[in-house]
Amino acid sequence: MIQFSSTHLIYLIEAARWTVLLSVLAFIGGGAFGLVLALGRVSQHKWLRWLSAAYIQIIQGTPLLVVLFLAYFGLSILGLDIEPIIAAGLSLTVYTAAFLGEIWRGCILSVPKTQWEASNCIGLSRAQQYRYVILPQAARIAIPPTVGFMVQIVKNTSITSIIGFVELARAGQIVNNSTFQPFITFVFVAIIYFAMCYPLSLASRHFERKLNVGK
Amino acid sequence: MISYTFDFSFLLTTWPAFMRGAWQTILLAGSSIAFGFVLALVCAIIRSGKSKLAAGLVGAYVEVIRNTPLLVQIFIVYFGLPSLGLRLSAETAAVIALVINTGAYGSEIIRAGIDSIAKGQIEAAECLGLNKLQIYWHIVLIPAVERVYPALSSQFVLLMLSSSITSQISAQELTAEANMIQSETFRSFEVYLIVAAVYLALSVLFRVVLWAIGEVAFVRRRKLRT
Amino acid sequence: MSVNEAAGTRPRNEAVPGAEPIIVVDNVSKSFGPLQVLHGVSLTIERGTMVAIVGRSGSGKSTLLRCMNALDETNGGTIKVCGNAVAMSDRASVKRLRTDVGMVFQSYNLFPHLTVLRNITLALTVVQKKARVEAEKIARDVLALVGLADKAESYPEQLSGGQAQRVAIARSLALSPKVLLFDEVTSALDPELTGEVLKVMEDLARQGMTMVLVTHEMAFARRLADIVVFMHQGKVWEAGPPAEIFADPKTPELRQFLSSGL
Ligand SMILES: Nc1ncnc2c1ncn2[C@@H]1O[C@H](COP(=O)(O)OP(=O)(O)O)[C@@H](O)[C@H]1O
Ligand SMILES: [Mg+2]
Repeated sequence: MIQFSSTHLIYLIEAARWTVLLSVLAFIGGGAFGLVLALGRVSQHKWLRWLSAAYIQIIQGTPLLVVLFLAYFGLSILGLDIEPIIAAGLSLTVYTAAFLGEIWRGCILSVPKTQWEASNCIGLSRAQQYRYVILPQAARIAIPPTVGFMVQIVKNTSITSIIGFVELARAGQIVNNSTFQPFITFVFVAIIYFAMCYPLSLASRHFERKLNVGK
Repeated sequence: MISYTFDFSFLLTTWPAFMRGAWQTILLAGSSIAFGFVLALVCAIIRSGKSKLAAGLVGAYVEVIRNTPLLVQIFIVYFGLPSLGLRLSAETAAVIALVINTGAYGSEIIRAGIDSIAKGQIEAAECLGLNKLQIYWHIVLIPAVERVYPALSSQFVLLMLSSSITSQISAQELTAEANMIQSETFRSFEVYLIVAAVYLALSVLFRVVLWAIGEVAFVRRRKLRT
Repeated sequence: MSVNEAAGTRPRNEAVPGAEPIIVVDNVSKSFGPLQVLHGVSLTIERGTMVAIVGRSGSGKSTLLRCMNALDETNGGTIKVCGNAVAMSDRASVKRLRTDVGMVFQSYNLFPHLTVLRNITLALTVVQKKARVEAEKIARDVLALVGLADKAESYPEQLSGGQAQRVAIARSLALSPKVLLFDEVTSALDPELTGEVLKVMEDLARQGMTMVLVTHEMAFARRLADIVVFMHQGKVWEAGPPAEIFADPKTPELRQFLSSGL
């Protein structure tokens, strides 16, 4: 039997790079789509509000794992020769967007109504109101919960191991299959995840305190 | 464009398996929520308590759980603990991992509720002669839980959904049933569409049940709305 | 004092000869960290009297009241309530103190998750171990006393400020305290709501309840208080019957305070 060694640890850390990459992809994709959803949720058009609300409700009512399977098998139906990273990135984007969309909607709504009225009075169009008045203020409020949700994104990437994408969690399983030392292997996997997530948690809390002081 | 014909005919023979899976998920998530709530309450009490050491230990537990993936937590409980001499069934391991997870998230939520109780409330209760324990129960804990109950409920629904991950240690629940069905029918996409619909229904069900529990437990909510 | 004003005052309660005063504050000091807030305050409150404490914001009025009720710890001197020394560290003494003293706060501090009735019965059932039925009877009686019999089933957030404060008074009254402390109980209220609260307090005074109130309602203090205490910079600057204090201030500080229109 092979003992868990520094080689394994290095292998895990290298696999963690894929976790980081996937997280970044999910955040960028989910963030862009999430912003659209958030604006849809507060749109003046009823059908837009309804559509984005329905999307968010459905995704938030479905496990990420099932979203992942649907992306994985759905892409193969389309006849695409899928790399796991495509299905992984797509499903994480779809999933992240729903949560960020809902978080950001709350931030937009927490900008006082008088800001809308005041900016309307000086003749800004609706797009200009968003661009110059509402979104900058909402963004400030959005920083702590957004950074906090990044922790969820990093952790969520572990699920993509299930379709065989070799990121940190999958790498842990591979190491375990050769060492048969599940406890130490997965504890190390957990430690590496912790090392990635905890700074984000601290940052989120830091920003939240700063925001509260500024009030 | 590749043409694809949807075929849901497998449902004719497999719907009992979906039902069974849904029921197993209800049991798994329901018991995890119940135990997890108790653990969360205890942890929140300890964390806002006097003992710095105990509060620190619980704080560390909360941070570790919140900053590592549930999947890895499940692997440690199911694969890791047996190597330390503790052998568990997949379902037991699943419940343990989910309870530990809910305890951490729930305690943060409840603690926020406890922190939001104004000092004047406690002073008023002191002036009325309530002792520390009575104040803690009547004036701090109950209103705190009432205040954060919506957030707790959302957390519990998320827990139910993430219980799907326990299929990875072959715990018996909905996703595991679905995995089995798709390996027999090869209608993978359709199978997971159905599963998604069942989870949606379950999340509605959980929300409704949790809401009803809140209505019974917190009379004020019900009265003030009518 | 004019004849009219005299007619408006209530008959002074005579301190029972030989009876012990209900509260004796003796040379009390209190600091918050480096900030000394009370400098050797002494004050005696006789049974059945109303004592009004007035003074500028920050002069230590609330702190004095809180020390009397063991919500703040004194750093020197002694406070006796009904003959018992107040000490925050002595559980038994605090427990006795709670049965003797009721307190009403500026911010009402009603329990938002409980009905008005339950706000009042909570201590009756939990502390005094009274049966639910008996507790509710007492609660309804005190609610009637403050004119809110119909609000028993309401929740605090459904009440106006004046109603909430009257419930808070009723909640204290239900425990039959020997003395009631009021800390600026009308300061958070709109002017049109202060009257209903002052009316309740006036009724209590006429029934002989011992009351200590920190207040900015000078007309009320002048009309109803037996003793007015002017606090300044953490000291009892002047004290005496309202006629003396208001008509004949001895110190420039009090004169200035009174003329500032407060
Ligand atoms: N808990 C506290 N910590 C620090 N300083 C306090 C505290 N409570 C009161 N103080 C200070 O003590 C002084 C007297 O306060 P207080 O008794 O509330 O005055 P008043 O009721 O006459 O307005 C003020 O300067 C106030 O800032
Ligand atoms: Mg004050």
